[in-house]
Amino acid sequence: MNKSGVVLGLLALVAIAVAVVLFKPAEKKEKVVVADKTKVGFVYVGPVADAGWTYEHDRGRLAVEKQHGNKVETVFVESVSEGPDAERVIAQMAADGADMIFTTSFGYMNPTIKVAKQFPNVKFEHATGYKRADNVATYSSRFYEGRHVLGLIAGKMTKSNTIGYIASFPIPEVVRGINAAYLAAKSVNPEVQFKVIWVSTWFDPGKEADAAKALIDQGADILMQHTDSAAPMKIAEERGIYAFGQASDQAAYGPNAQLTAIIDDWAPYYVRRVDEAMNGSWSSTDTWGGFDTGMVALAPYGKAVPDDVKAMAREAHKAITEGRLHAFTGPVNKQDGSPWLKAGETADDGTLLGMDFYVEGIEGSLP
Amino acid sequence: MDYGLLSSIIHSILVASTPLVFAGLGALIQERAGVLNLGIEGLMIVGALAGFATAVAGSPLLVSIFVAALAGAMLASIFALLVLRLYANPVATGLALTLFGLGLAALAGSQYVGQAAPQVAVWEIPFLSQIPVVGRALFSHDPLVYLSIFTAFVIWWFLTKSRTGLILRAVGENHTSAHALGFSVRGVRFLAIICGGALAGIGGSYLTLVQTPLFVEGMTAGRGWIALALVVFASWRPFRVIAGAYLFGSVSIIQLHGQALGVSIASQWLSMLPYIVTIGALVIIAGRNDLTHKPPGALGSIFRESK
Repeated sequence: MNKSGVVLGLLALVAIAVAVVLFKPAEKKEKVVVADKTKVGFVYVGPVADAGWTYEHDRGRLAVEKQHGNKVETVFVESVSEGPDAERVIAQMAADGADMIFTTSFGYMNPTIKVAKQFPNVKFEHATGYKRADNVATYSSRFYEGRHVLGLIAGKMTKSNTIGYIASFPIPEVVRGINAAYLAAKSVNPEVQFKVIWVSTWFDPGKEADAAKALIDQGADILMQHTDSAAPMKIAEERGIYAFGQASDQAAYGPNAQLTAIIDDWAPYYVRRVDEAMNGSWSSTDTWGGFDTGMVALAPYGKAVPDDVKAMAREAHKAITEGRLHAFTGPVNKQDGSPWLKAGETADDGTLLGMDFYVEGIEGSLP
Repeated sequence: MDYGLLSSIIHSILVASTPLVFAGLGALIQERAGVLNLGIEGLMIVGALAGFATAVAGSPLLVSIFVAALAGAMLASIFALLVLRLYANPVATGLALTLFGLGLAALAGSQYVGQAAPQVAVWEIPFLSQIPVVGRALFSHDPLVYLSIFTAFVIWWFLTKSRTGLILRAVGENHTSAHALGFSVRGVRFLAIICGGALAGIGGSYLTLVQTPLFVEGMTAGRGWIALALVVFASWRPFRVIAGAYLFGSVSIIQLHGQALGVSIASQWLSMLPYIVTIGALVIIAGRNDLTHKPPGALGSIFRESK
């Protein structure tokens, strides 16, 4: 018995070892050392294969390589946890001769500022943060512009007049998305109602799937989400209803269900900033780009979207891109009925960045 | 009350609880043999990937479950080797097993991200499934839900009614005495670890085959740890594991529905509730003196055969 146990255990070990050798890990760092190349580093919070947030950042990195050819060299480190580990990774990257480093998660804010002080000649770019320095720029996307278009489509297409919304945490970014989508849906369908479920996680496919089922059971026929997994899309496909993809095109999970998806497209920004760094015009800036900069894009409309709805969505997309339309245009009241925006007035960025209230008409309260 | 919604809620509760039932029973059988295995989370995710990969390749459900169980058992055998033969510290080894399983599944599973497994057919139990409300809630599920309850029956019967089960419990209570009586402590524990690994693997595969159903790395999201807590909550009894899992599932599903219905209870409280209940159970167990609620006497201790 004991012997057979050992033999089985050893066999399993060997099998695992073989598996590890066969599925060789993707290269964590790519290195080609040529002195006159501009070296650009990327720090990712998740794995490149997450099919969402980090995946899109890595597509931006690949676009930089493609655009600048052999004038640049890129390196990246994936799955870096936010906190002390991040500081070590960023510092190591700078010490290894990176000229420019993109740190692509909110939690890298303080480590980035700290390392930037030690390496004044390295240019840092921090995503979604608010702390800047002479050599630290920040950038983020106006995802709410995408939510506006999603809201229009949802408002037009819902038959039960109930939209299910799976939300992560009540931070301004998420609240803004709910408000933008609701206002847009309401503008084309006064009967529309939003049911919001807060799942208190960015990533738990099981819980996100359960929330999707709960919303569908309570009459939602279109789902929106602000969490990171494709589970809600998959459930929508199974139940034969519609949903919108998050962060990345999720048509693979819902070929019939996906109406469109908000895509974080970092490529235009990365290419431009690397270009500026190379020709010396780079400076510390605070970028909040939307449709106009190409940083927010929409996936192709699904086949379920009728032509007139497509036309309306395209027109809104175009109007926002050209600056003729703002997703938050008055008159809009806050949930408690107090006035927020006067007729024709548009929201200022400061209020949007700190948004901590629902607009009038949304039921329930923020957690 | 809307009865259609009620039956949907109960249906969802059973689905959300099933991975915990399997994984909890897997942890239970090991702990009754005196083995503390903190690697359940790693075993689950490896089973989740193995089952999903098999289903994507076009195999029927039964084969997918079998492969998931096999993968869990294989990984568990490493744990068995390290802990039983090489006397490694079980706590550290279990934690390492979790980390290893998560990493291995992420590495080998990257190509399965974005793929779709065929939908699992529902087994409607004749007549019973026709009963209004209850029929849909309890008797029109996928086969694994029924299997999980059947497994609990089998384990209960094994532990309380069979001679082999008695030996397993003896090994878990006092391995020195069991050894002196001539039982193979390591043999029994090895089999318990293999069975536990297989059950955890099936529990994981339920996530990727039915509940979610897709594969992404890290998707077990802490369910292995909940399963371990459940065993304590259940004071090492199979049916109480089912009760605990359904209680946990109820709280998590009802809070989701409550939010959508506009019930204003802070969802954080409801998210915390299962853990608070577990801690409460621990305190109650610690304060009681009767033997029926005590953990197995030799739980987590290392057995060395005297030469």
